[in-house]
Amino acid sequence: MTVKTVLNHSLRIAWKDLLELFRNRLGLVLLVVMPLFMMVMVGFIYPTGGANLTNMPIAMVNEDSGFNGSTIPSQTFFNTLQGINNQTGMLTLTNASSLSEVKDLIQRGELSGGIVIPSNFSQSFYSGQQGTVIIVTDQSNPQVSATIQSVLSIVFDNMGTMMAQQQLQGMNPTLNATTALALVKPYNIQTQGVVAGNPSYFDFIAPGIMAMTVMMSVMTGLPVAISQEKEIGTMDGMMVAPINRLSILLGKTLAQTARGLIQGAIILALAIGIFGVAIQGNILLVFALLLLGVFSFVGLGIVITSFTKDQETAQMLMMTLMFPMMFLSGVFFPIQQMPWFMQSISQFLPLTYASNALRKVMVLGAGVPQISTELIVLIAFGVVMIAIALPVFRRMMTR
Amino acid sequence: MSSDNIIEVNNLTKTFGKFTAIDDISFAVKKGEIFGLLGPNGAGKSTTLRMLSTLSHPTKGTATIGGYDTSKNDMQVRQLIGIVSEKMIIYNRLTAKENLHFFGSLFNIPKDTLNKRIDELLELVKLTKWKDNQVGTFSTGMRQRMNVVRALLNMPQVLFLDEPTLGLDPQSSVEIRDFIKKLNQENGTTVVLTTHMMVDADLLCDRIAIIDHGKIIALDTSTNLKKIISGADTMIIKLEIANLNPDMITAIRALKCVDSATQENSTSLHVIVHGEEAFDSIVDIIRKKGGKISSMANLQPSLEDVFLHITGHEVRDSADQKIPLEQGPKHGFGAPKRRGVR
Repeated sequence: MTVKTVLNHSLRIAWKDLLELFRNRLGLVLLVVMPLFMMVMVGFIYPTGGANLTNMPIAMVNEDSGFNGSTIPSQTFFNTLQGINNQTGMLTLTNASSLSEVKDLIQRGELSGGIVIPSNFSQSFYSGQQGTVIIVTDQSNPQVSATIQSVLSIVFDNMGTMMAQQQLQGMNPTLNATTALALVKPYNIQTQGVVAGNPSYFDFIAPGIMAMTVMMSVMTGLPVAISQEKEIGTMDGMMVAPINRLSILLGKTLAQTARGLIQGAIILALAIGIFGVAIQGNILLVFALLLLGVFSFVGLGIVITSFTKDQETAQMLMMTLMFPMMFLSGVFFPIQQMPWFMQSISQFLPLTYASNALRKVMVLGAGVPQISTELIVLIAFGVVMIAIALPVFRRMMTR
Repeated sequence: MSSDNIIEVNNLTKTFGKFTAIDDISFAVKKGEIFGLLGPNGAGKSTTLRMLSTLSHPTKGTATIGGYDTSKNDMQVRQLIGIVSEKMIIYNRLTAKENLHFFGSLFNIPKDTLNKRIDELLELVKLTKWKDNQVGTFSTGMRQRMNVVRALLNMPQVLFLDEPTLGLDPQSSVEIRDFIKKLNQENGTTVVLTTHMMVDADLLCDRIAIIDHGKIIALDTSTNLKKIISGADTMIIKLEIANLNPDMITAIRALKCVDSATQENSTSLHVIVHGEEAFDSIVDIIRKKGGKISSMANLQPSLEDVFLHITGHEVRDSADQKIPLEQGPKHGFGAPKRRGVR
């Protein structure tokens, strides 16, 4: 039996499997819907640093009659707050009469936070003392609380700078505004990423979900596809044909790989088209990485195939493996967020390396040299698993 | 080895863990013969067929087809055989033609030859009209016809059929039986089929091997098998008793001359007896129990009676005694069947 006939038979089997897949309309729809759901859910639920929190109701209690919008501090305050809010749409400002009312409204859930300007605010300011502004937050929601704190801190910080600048100019009229600002705030912070733009959470999860979907297709699709044929009995039809057993395995793997890549391409299209994800690196490298991911998972898929006798077990095994893998490989959350023992486990999962490499290429525009470690790990894992899997598979087939 | 034997089975044994599914069986099938393996569910028919068709390796013993060992020369054996499994080997989402094309392509048949053969086979089972329809839309009878012609793509010398009429309506069963007969007569294809349907075995098979608990307990032509009963002084009596009750049956079974007594419905009883006194004894005991005999007939033995006589239990009885599922053979052929006989 030549390599050519083995390949020829496996192509026939792969084509047959794909034909069956394309005839399954509902299955095709789910092929698109499943990754879409996953992107939407994860992307919208876990936004980057609260950037997606909008319209949080904030009440302002102004107990200071001097702080009425006509004085410089109050003008600065309102201008800065408005400026930030116009940019992000994060806050909705209302008025309240007292601190206790704000607390009450937060407890009712009608407010996310409040600002209290005490009655002596302007006075202490003009009498050469530090003024105090009270920020009230909703501690039951840490993320909202943290966001409000940071936003308002910036607002008051800017306000303080501006006032100091004006005061300085008042003390020494020869200073121009720029010099005054430099004296008050000697430096500016500028954050710069590797690539231009500000990647969203979708940029973070899209590579991970792609890597996961493609690899799961061989790791779980293969056992399910084979055990299903065993169960309905059609496997016997292939087994009594004079073909190499390897053709069956190869054909099934090819079909599952094709399915996985199609799904990966769909995710990519959705990510770019709907979620505004930009691909910085080479798109061919992206697909090459996905293929490498498939290769690294084939062996594991075959081992699982050999141990599952029916489709139900295969499905259950898939769920059991998929969930920890999904979370431990940093597909949805950065690995750095996890406790040390989980981080250790994740170092042994090939999906970690695949999604890391994919993320580097897609988000940071990395090339082959920058992902060489990941490539080596994936190739090594694939080779070792296939070396284990083939004898196991042969034994299963010739029971 | 005799040259006119296409299949030779020697001391074939298959165990699954501690359970012995096939217990040291030996038989031979002649070229051009229709050979039946008859037995209740779980007797080991399907396991035997799986070993013959290279799908499973024997624990001990050998089987050869056309001189090739089924485990050592499995590739050669596969060229010679076709299987019709109880589970239909067809893909529902593919059309009739695509199905045949797929399976045919696995046999390295040249494209032109294959296409021609597919057309012929579809015509043969009157499915040409539906060749481009997905098989999933077919009726059970049509699907079974597809299932059978699928096994003929490589023009096998030996065709294995596992319960070919199971789950088919009477008309489809007749069609399949006729088709098998025709194939055997016109192409000289050797046919080995398993069945638990006495009718199939009786109507189709040249020779029948009765299998029970993994052993062949009788092997002969249908006529000769029936002589086992009629040759001995055994009789089959059918009794109609209006007020038949369990007590009466127990009493009849207790009689020395009674081999077996089977209640067929609320008023009729099927009894196998031996000895000259048998008639009298039975009539006496029924009278004594107050039974009213409305009719009494002496029947010709059927294969079922033969089975009953040899094994001492009915075909359907032993189905319930089937080995626990988890120990059973875990493969397509011998999957648990719950259907009773007839």
